[in-house]
Amino acid sequence: MADPLPVVRLKQVKKSYGTGTPVAVEVLHGIDLTLKRGEFVALTGPSGSGKSTLLNIIGLLDRPTSGQLFIVDRETGILNEAQLTALRGHSIGFIFQAHCLISAFTALENVMIPQLAESVFPNDAMRVRSAELLEQVELTRWKDNLVSNMSGGQQQRVAIARSLAMKPALVLADEPTGNLDSKSADTVIKMMRDVNRKDGTTFLIVTHNMDIAARCDRTIEVVDGMIVGTSK
Amino acid sequence: MNPWAPFEWITAIRFLKEGRMQSLFIITGVAIGVAVIVFMSALLSGLQQNFLKRVLTSSPHIQMIPADEVARPLRAGVGVIEAAIIQRPAQRLRSIDQWQMIRSQLRSWPDIVHVSPSVSAAALVVRGNASRSITLTGIDPEVYFNIVRIPEYIVAGEARVGSDDIVIGLDLANDLGVTIRDKLTLTSANGTSRLLTISGVFDLGNKIANLLSTFVALRTAQALANLPGGVTSIDVTVADPYAAETVAQAVMAATGVRADSWIKTNAQFFTAVNAQQSSNTLIRSFVALSVAFGIASVLVVSVIQRSKDIGILRAMGTSQGQILRIFLLQGGLLGLAGSLIGTALGSGALTLWHKSQRQADGSEIFPLVLEPQLIVWAVVLAAVTGVAAAAVPAYRAAKLDPVVAIRG
Repeated sequence: MADPLPVVRLKQVKKSYGTGTPVAVEVLHGIDLTLKRGEFVALTGPSGSGKSTLLNIIGLLDRPTSGQLFIVDRETGILNEAQLTALRGHSIGFIFQAHCLISAFTALENVMIPQLAESVFPNDAMRVRSAELLEQVELTRWKDNLVSNMSGGQQQRVAIARSLAMKPALVLADEPTGNLDSKSADTVIKMMRDVNRKDGTTFLIVTHNMDIAARCDRTIEVVDGMIVGTSK
Repeated sequence: MNPWAPFEWITAIRFLKEGRMQSLFIITGVAIGVAVIVFMSALLSGLQQNFLKRVLTSSPHIQMIPADEVARPLRAGVGVIEAAIIQRPAQRLRSIDQWQMIRSQLRSWPDIVHVSPSVSAAALVVRGNASRSITLTGIDPEVYFNIVRIPEYIVAGEARVGSDDIVIGLDLANDLGVTIRDKLTLTSANGTSRLLTISGVFDLGNKIANLLSTFVALRTAQALANLPGGVTSIDVTVADPYAAETVAQAVMAATGVRADSWIKTNAQFFTAVNAQQSSNTLIRSFVALSVAFGIASVLVVSVIQRSKDIGILRAMGTSQGQILRIFLLQGGLLGLAGSLIGTALGSGALTLWHKSQRQADGSEIFPLVLEPQLIVWAVVLAAVTGVAAAAVPAYRAAKLDPVVAIRG
């Protein structure tokens, strides 16, 4: 059986801030990384090691200073802002530490946002898809509640549902359980793992929690802007 | 979610609803600004129309009068003038030469609606021991009342001008202590006298006009002014009162008779109207500017408050253009909502004020003019101002770095 296709490929990716000034700082030093379809990967490392910067670059929220980044085999360096936005909306889902939902919308509407950004007019297919995702994260009862009235664990589950709305190839999770109690954290990780196994969605999870890292297929450790180790 | 509303509309409305206190304050600000614009514009327009109506219905659009008499210098030969100083002659009362022919010519003029010959002369009106100098106007009521609508200003009696009738102004009647059916003796400058009966009293809304103006039959005035068969002026109305000066110039060129338009004789009025319009425009501009800055300041704050939401939306695949439209729409919606409330407020305030402010006789000070164009104009202007005011904050929102925005 052939190797699964890579969802993410980084070749010698570097990132510097303040380029051209005396205070220029390089935070990523030539990262080479490949994430295959269906992988469930933890990204660990101390604070300030460059994990979030790496995640932002893979998530197309930031551009590398040099090197190449391929998302689902598309070279992103040659894409303009609009093309990057479209690729991001279509292929990448995000789960942030502070759940980052839009408080003016209900749970269902939050899940619909990525679909709305692409299709503009709300339709029944979007509603059905979003309702199914909320069912998957066991929030059907709360789907019409404003997210500001929900608990932290519930909000993070809405964020998981939202990250899957476009059936992305890749979900990036930045400390998804950082603000949750251990029970809620366990539920959230289980749900992510279920989606990963069922749909073959690739997950890259930034975490400081070694228990969570232990439940992943492999762990990539970043220290001082370099990948210092990969363990299974 | 409304299936007919695009994503940008839904998000813009939700953001405004969520920040309802902020939205309410700025909508109130916009509403007050628009109310002031609507109130002032409608008030000035009403006052102007009222004044214009009074001027146009109490005087002809064009008055044709004989050219001034001038003394010709005495010449001793070619190029030799005997008297160095030539005294300007006194202007005697005289008829327009060939006025019947000129009247026929004017009647066939395409822009002219009514033509009425008349005689104007100074006279003395006597009642017992009291006497007043007046301007006697001899008219043919059939046509003249189409030009100067004296019947509309009658406050006692009727606008009947038979050979022994006279219609006088309210202030003259009060001064002389007379009313309808009383007799007055009129003596012209050449000493001719005639006893006339007051058939009607008018009020032109102007004390001087009410003291000086009197109307008698054309033949009566011709007899008193010693101008048998003659007229001292031909009064004219035109289809477009604002084209009166152009028509006057053309008529003067064609007939050789001096023609004064109401625009020329009321030059001060137009200066006042222009000054009023300029100040109105200035006030409107400043109000619109303050509305724009109000909306802009609220949206600048909103962009800062919403930076995290903007970052999330961008991460979810929302384009810069969509973010831009979300904030432009918020500006437009704030302007639109404020202007709709403002026009209702302004119209209501104007109606109340119009009802409460009356002249001494109970009649309205000015006609209530609420033109639909004014309301449409105010609403469109406020909405456009809102969108324009939102341009800078919206651009800033669209250009926010999602990473920085999410981090807060």
